[in-house]
Amino acid sequence: MSIEVNRIAKRFGSFTALDDVSLSFPSGQLVALLGPSGCGKTTLLRIIAGLETPDAGSVLFHGEDASDQDVRERQVGFVFQHYALFRHMSVFENVAFGLRVKPRAERPSNARIREKVMDLLKLVQLDWLAERYPHQLSGGQRQRIALARALAVEPKVLLLDEPFGALDAKVRKELRRWLRRLHDELHITSIFVTHDQEEALEVADQVVLMNKGRVEQVGSPNEVYERPASPFVYSFLGTVNVFHGRAAGGRVHLGPVSLGASRHADVEDAPAVAYARPHEIEIERFSPGAEGIPAQLSRLLVVGPTARLELERDDTGGIVEAEIPAARAASLSLKLGESLVVRPRRMQVFVERADAPPAQALTLES
Amino acid sequence: MSAATLPLPAPVATRSSATAEPRLVRWLLTGLALAFLGLFLLVPLFAVFTEALRKGFETYLAALVEPDALAAIQLTLLVAAIAVPANLVFGVAAAWAIAKFDFRGKSLLITLIDLPFAVSPVIAGLVYVLMFGAQGWFGPWLQAHDIKIVFAVPGIVLATMFVTVPFIARELIPLMQAQGTEEEEAARVLGASGWQMFWRVTLPNIKWGLLYGVILCNARAMGEFGAVSVVSGHVRGLTNTTPLHVEILYNEYNFAAAFAVASLLASLGLVTLVLKSLIEWKTRHELARAAALPGERPA
Repeated sequence: MSIEVNRIAKRFGSFTALDDVSLSFPSGQLVALLGPSGCGKTTLLRIIAGLETPDAGSVLFHGEDASDQDVRERQVGFVFQHYALFRHMSVFENVAFGLRVKPRAERPSNARIREKVMDLLKLVQLDWLAERYPHQLSGGQRQRIALARALAVEPKVLLLDEPFGALDAKVRKELRRWLRRLHDELHITSIFVTHDQEEALEVADQVVLMNKGRVEQVGSPNEVYERPASPFVYSFLGTVNVFHGRAAGGRVHLGPVSLGASRHADVEDAPAVAYARPHEIEIERFSPGAEGIPAQLSRLLVVGPTARLELERDDTGGIVEAEIPAARAASLSLKLGESLVVRPRRMQVFVERADAPPAQALTLES
Repeated sequence: MSAATLPLPAPVATRSSATAEPRLVRWLLTGLALAFLGLFLLVPLFAVFTEALRKGFETYLAALVEPDALAAIQLTLLVAAIAVPANLVFGVAAAWAIAKFDFRGKSLLITLIDLPFAVSPVIAGLVYVLMFGAQGWFGPWLQAHDIKIVFAVPGIVLATMFVTVPFIARELIPLMQAQGTEEEEAARVLGASGWQMFWRVTLPNIKWGLLYGVILCNARAMGEFGAVSVVSGHVRGLTNTTPLHVEILYNEYNFAAAFAVASLLASLGLVTLVLKSLIEWKTRHELARAAALPGERPA
């Protein structure tokens, strides 16, 4: 079932949690709502579930307005951040809850409930824990039971609030893959909230980036990573180097480096910010006349096939992070404190101007 | 994989940690506390029972089955049977509202619940006399309709309820606040109605705290003296509760009977303590069970 949210706004006192948010979630996809804490992503999820009422705007399920529907009637499955398992019920009863509270006419027989619950527990590979209580389970097990419980009522939509937030790194990774497989099996429209970019990029079909109650960008993981639509997205997704400079007459000047920027051709003279990922930075030994920003190597870390470098700029003292192949680092035989030049191979420039055209990706012509 | 473990250092006899006091100080403090408890709690308790049985078991029993004593015990039971359930409903409702919702005047409500702890019970009684007594605000109207509140059973029930208001709510508020609202929300999302959510999720989660509050509330309801004394009117066989009956007997120099009835109240206190410990033990037991770690998946 597709979900649409239309011009949703929500305030808590003087804090604006959501500011005119419109989104559509296509049927059968797994979508991540990604953003820093306080960006409104959980509020949006709770509004879709019906646990929170928006101040303005509407929520459409399959094209039909669900704004007036009570949370009971929306047929959503919700997995809470801290699982919210019923602590006094066994795992079996937790999963059976949604079936047991159905009106008498719709309630399946006990035998049918038993069968269904055991099927779900097998699906999450925890049928052997049916008689345990939530406090006897590990975090990852609780998470999967919470998921089984949400699926028991055959929801049309699955909503997950920070599903892996409270787990340690290894369990997180496993569960992530497992959730992806489960989604591919069930094909139920799912939205999950996360502040972990790696999680969003790895698991989701679509990523919605949110900041301060607004949507910054919507796109596939590759799109948002490769072509961030705003400085926020750039700095939020992965490590990035920021260069401050000026745009003038179709070129961007960053200290000693200048790049052609045709899209900003009409800019007379305005401050510009350029972003480049560590792997888009090139390094060369300093020599008079070498093009690039002079910097000193302050840290060198080789992990597996890549070498991570931290360089201190001579002009501003700022740190530039670079990633180069370990082999290249070895052939350069870099030494700490050495003078090098740093050159962004490719970068994205944002001109700080009210009517600035969208960001342009620049590639350094060498 | 190396599985070798280092041998633990043998415990050193003179090892001391930052919070450990010298032995002498510990003995002194413990001894002081025990002496205090013995002098002010155990000796009087012992005295109640010895005084009650001083003239033999038959006199003791006679004092309890005497009509006025029976009437007092019955009245006490009746008052508790009304006040405790009323407070149960109010306590759960108030705790629910405070713990699960945000609303204007929430801190005012919490303060009001604490009021009976802050106000002397005698004042509580006087307030009811002022409101419902013959010269009180509603006095003329009540008289005109032939309704008796003060110096009758309704007044005693009201005064008892006033005094016992905080017991259940106070017990539940921190518990429900700690548990949060996620389980209730989960129940709603899964399709439970309001009642289903309350009976199947909220109530089972608070049952031990609730029982604890009920027991304390009941002890106070049966033992209340000050507030009830003001509104009761001390009509023997009619508006005398057990504590008031003890006072009357005592004032008549009927010590054996006074202590016999008092021993009943003391026993109630002891039963309350035993129940309280049982519940605490049960809660600890559940917590200990919670600490037991899950096994790995069987191969």
